[in-house]
Amino acid sequence: MQFMLLFSRQGKLRLQKWYVPLSDKEKKKITRELVQTVLARKPKMCSFLEWRDLKIVYKRYASLYFCCAIEDQDNELITLEIIHRYVELLDKYFGSVCELDIIFNFEKAYFILDEFLLGGEAQETSKKNVLKAIEQADLLQENQSEDWGGLAAEEVL
Amino acid sequence: MPAVSKGDGMRGLAVFISDIRNCKSKEAEVKRINKELANIRSKFKGDKALDGYSKKKYVCKLLFIFLLGHDIDFGHMEAVNLLSSNKYTEKQIGYLFISVLVNSNSDLIRLINNAIKNDLASRNPTFMNLALHCIANVGSREMAEAFATEIPRILVAGDTMDSVKQSAALCLLRLNRTSPDLLAMGEWTSRVVHLLNDQHLGVVTAATSLIITLAQKNPDELKTSVPLAVGRLSRIVTPSSSDLLDYTYYFVSAPWLSVKLLRLLQCYPPPEDGAVRSRLTECLEAILNKAQEPPKSKKVQHSNAKYAVLFEAISLIIHHDSEPNLLVRACNQLGQFLQHRETNLRYLALESMCTLATSEFSHEAVKTHIETVINALKTERDVSVRQRAVDLLYAMCDRSNAKQIVAEMLGYLETADYSIREEIVLKVAILAEKYAVDYTWYVDTILNLIRIAGDYVSEEVWYRVIQIVINRDDVQGYAAKTVFEALQAPACHENLVKVGGYILGEFGNLIAGDPRSSPLVQFSLLHSKFHLCSVPSRALLLSTYIKFINLFPEIKGTIQEVLRSDSQLRNSDVELQQRAVEYLRLSCVASTDILATVLEEMPPFPERESSILAKLKKRKGPGVLPDTEDSRKDKSAGLNGAVETVNVRAVAQVDLRSLCATCQYCHSLNDSRNFFSHLTSPLQSADLLGVGSTPPSSGSLLVDIFSENHSPSPTPASGAPAAPIFDENFPRFVCKNNGVLFENQLLQIGLKSEFRQNLGRMYVFYGNKTSTQFLSFSSSVPVDSTVDGGAQLQQTLNIECMSDFVEAPIFNIQFRYGGTLQTIAIKLPITLNKFFQPTEMMAQDFFQRWKQLSAPQQEVQKIFKAKNAMDAEITKAKLIGFGVSLLDQVDPNPSNFVAAGIIHTKTVQVGCLLRLEPNSQAQMYRLTLRTSRDSVSQRLCDLLSDQF
Repeated sequence: MQFMLLFSRQGKLRLQKWYVPLSDKEKKKITRELVQTVLARKPKMCSFLEWRDLKIVYKRYASLYFCCAIEDQDNELITLEIIHRYVELLDKYFGSVCELDIIFNFEKAYFILDEFLLGGEAQETSKKNVLKAIEQADLLQENQSEDWGGLAAEEVL
Repeated sequence: MPAVSKGDGMRGLAVFISDIRNCKSKEAEVKRINKELANIRSKFKGDKALDGYSKKKYVCKLLFIFLLGHDIDFGHMEAVNLLSSNKYTEKQIGYLFISVLVNSNSDLIRLINNAIKNDLASRNPTFMNLALHCIANVGSREMAEAFATEIPRILVAGDTMDSVKQSAALCLLRLNRTSPDLLAMGEWTSRVVHLLNDQHLGVVTAATSLIITLAQKNPDELKTSVPLAVGRLSRIVTPSSSDLLDYTYYFVSAPWLSVKLLRLLQCYPPPEDGAVRSRLTECLEAILNKAQEPPKSKKVQHSNAKYAVLFEAISLIIHHDSEPNLLVRACNQLGQFLQHRETNLRYLALESMCTLATSEFSHEAVKTHIETVINALKTERDVSVRQRAVDLLYAMCDRSNAKQIVAEMLGYLETADYSIREEIVLKVAILAEKYAVDYTWYVDTILNLIRIAGDYVSEEVWYRVIQIVINRDDVQGYAAKTVFEALQAPACHENLVKVGGYILGEFGNLIAGDPRSSPLVQFSLLHSKFHLCSVPSRALLLSTYIKFINLFPEIKGTIQEVLRSDSQLRNSDVELQQRAVEYLRLSCVASTDILATVLEEMPPFPERESSILAKLKKRKGPGVLPDTEDSRKDKSAGLNGAVETVNVRAVAQVDLRSLCATCQYCHSLNDSRNFFSHLTSPLQSADLLGVGSTPPSSGSLLVDIFSENHSPSPTPASGAPAAPIFDENFPRFVCKNNGVLFENQLLQIGLKSEFRQNLGRMYVFYGNKTSTQFLSFSSSVPVDSTVDGGAQLQQTLNIECMSDFVEAPIFNIQFRYGGTLQTIAIKLPITLNKFFQPTEMMAQDFFQRWKQLSAPQQEVQKIFKAKNAMDAEITKAKLIGFGVSLLDQVDPNPSNFVAAGIIHTKTVQVGCLLRLEPNSQAQMYRLTLRTSRDSVSQRLCDLLSDQF
């Protein structure tokens, strides 16, 4: 996989993950073009399309589009299920995930993605194992947060 | 704000995000962000040291701002500081910031690498994973340099935790993609292969991805992965396999791992070991069987996962291309998907079938679905699915269904989406040319293309139709008639005007006998379109007009009238004005003979790769289009030999200029002075034509060339070093008369020749490929002494065959280019068989004569190995090109060829009978020739046997 983008029906980018080195300018250009292309498609259309020399696999969940770019020899259907498994992971973690969860906890969305996909390939496909890893990290976080509980009250914008 | 109970409390971040979301306008958002940036900057620069939490919070805010699409130029140092925090969440945010906003600042990279090194050595799996994720996300060269030896060690160490192994494997995969040179194969590679047997399926999944990337670059070193992958796959997909618990996805066992294992096997040919091979076949059959079972769940995830494995299995079957049974089963399965209610499956089935169509085992099976695919083209609502249908029709096209497919594509073109029209036009043009049985159909198809989608017909397409019409005498009359009719339409596309103008200018005379298309009618028709055309088309039409003056002297006055009008002679466009002035002048000063020479019919174009094929390849990039051209080329050569790849370089040359380059007048126009001086030197042009005031006795020219080695030739400068004789292209001309004889960086020499009885005429075209003039140009036969840059010079040789001969004449060419004397010696392709007259006879006559020529020295026989693919159509074409007449129903074995002809020389005629017996099993031929002269038999046998 070359990259994954999450964007809203209004075309706002919510998450971007790049597995190939590209300049910021190129990333912005690709994002703009692709968001436009995908949003222009009608609901019943097929989930795959050719774009430049890549294959785009996308799926819409409620107000969010999940969009992956894969290479010629990659498998479209299994990529579609990568998207679904990621949605399941988010859903399980946030408890019925919505777009706002991903906006306000964008760093969590990135952490979960890193546990699931690395270098553009599936690292761990078991839902249980991915969530276990994330929960362990959260546990570390909770134990530590007691130490600076007092500071949180004083925080300045 | 959603309630996330997961313990982190960056309230300030949440408030900031809310603020941004509440901004009513872009300006308000920018204002809010700038305020925040100023705040963070002052915090970072402030005297008071920030605690870890604040640092984390501000870094996180910066990250958010960056992800909104704004530039961030500070905060990197604070993020790097977070890396060395011993608090997990601080470290985590630090790594996230670095991963997203990596900066090649070398000082920072050193600090980052240092932090990573510490975390890798910490033996804390959570920290190790964070560090490995960072390397995998950034994947920079500096990181590869620092960790290329450390990570393999972590991956294969016995005490590494499973989750760390998974991260390490994919981390290596990323480094191998970005800096393969830094990752040395070693002992660890074989241990990675054994991870395929690991207990933990997550480890196997990650390791398989790594092994695929390694195997793509070093297949030999990872060959041992094949049996292990087959074993693992078999344990997943065969019915007896145990439940894989959490790795079962909607009732499908480990779909991701299965797909990866099947991908890995596609890096290799079918396994050599019989046991492994049959186990793999079992797996593939099991996967195909499962597709037929009733679904275990109605969820789309179930069918997607199941069919993901199926499609990957089909890819492997196609990759191996060795099991006809599996290929046909795959094709049937895909055939079912073609009518599936899921659009995604229909799309993938069409795509996958494209590759199946290229396998000889399944090509026929794919063809049975033609009606379904045509239906998809007509009814699919999604343009990307229709696009796949077009691709598949293109891939499944062969001689048997070409007419139907081309007709359907043309029909579809009328309503096709603009985004894919040009590609369909190219595909139709290619198929029409490749599978044309008669060229009238080809001409009709291309004219239809222009009619339906003129705007999408690129220049390559209409250049190509002209090239083909010029090169094939049998279609010229039809082409002239058809373009004439097409031009009658009140509104026709400019591309049609160009094609029409060009073709009528060359071959309008072929239809001029009919009063409905008399010269004047043709001219008026073309001229009625003139004012609606762009400048380049008008320029082309002006050339047509001067060609008409030559073809139809009776309308010279009318055309001169048009050229003389103010709108031409005073045209504001320089090119048009110049053409009008020069053509008018030319038509006034030149005699009929000179006009006929200057405006002669175009010589054939050299054979080259179809420019449109190259264009299509360029559009799609290699690989995307199934290379049916290549894989099935051998079968489809023959009649359409001209289409196939001959000269890739030539593609770039096919522009309007070079199309005109072969016609003598266009280029001369660039230097009209030279043009006219050339014309007004009658002696010179007379020489060129070989009909000077003191005509040389016919045949002397041939003698001259032959005796060139003995007597000093008239022109080549003495003292020039003898050049090696160039005869590389010589064999190509034995069975044909036209083509490129010689080509180097400076000069291209093309030939067009015709022979009748013992006489021949050869036109030699010298094309100057440079932009500089060639000086002191001379050849064995006198010729004009300069050739302008980019221009072409023509020379005519008259040939007479006095008696039978073996050696071909050597032709010397000399010229000065940039001060250096260039000498080229070429063997002229004049061979004995050129003086053949084909002879038709009945079987009875043939056998009677065959018996008469039974003296041992009259027969020459040769048994030889086939150098090229053995194709009956090609063989036929070559024999006819050799000059003999093919006799049907003489040989009782229909795969043998029997032919007859008579060699004409000045003194005698020599009858010749030949028989060619191909043995496709042994890839051998036996050629038997009988003539009344042993020297003729021998020479003809040598010439012909070299052609297969």
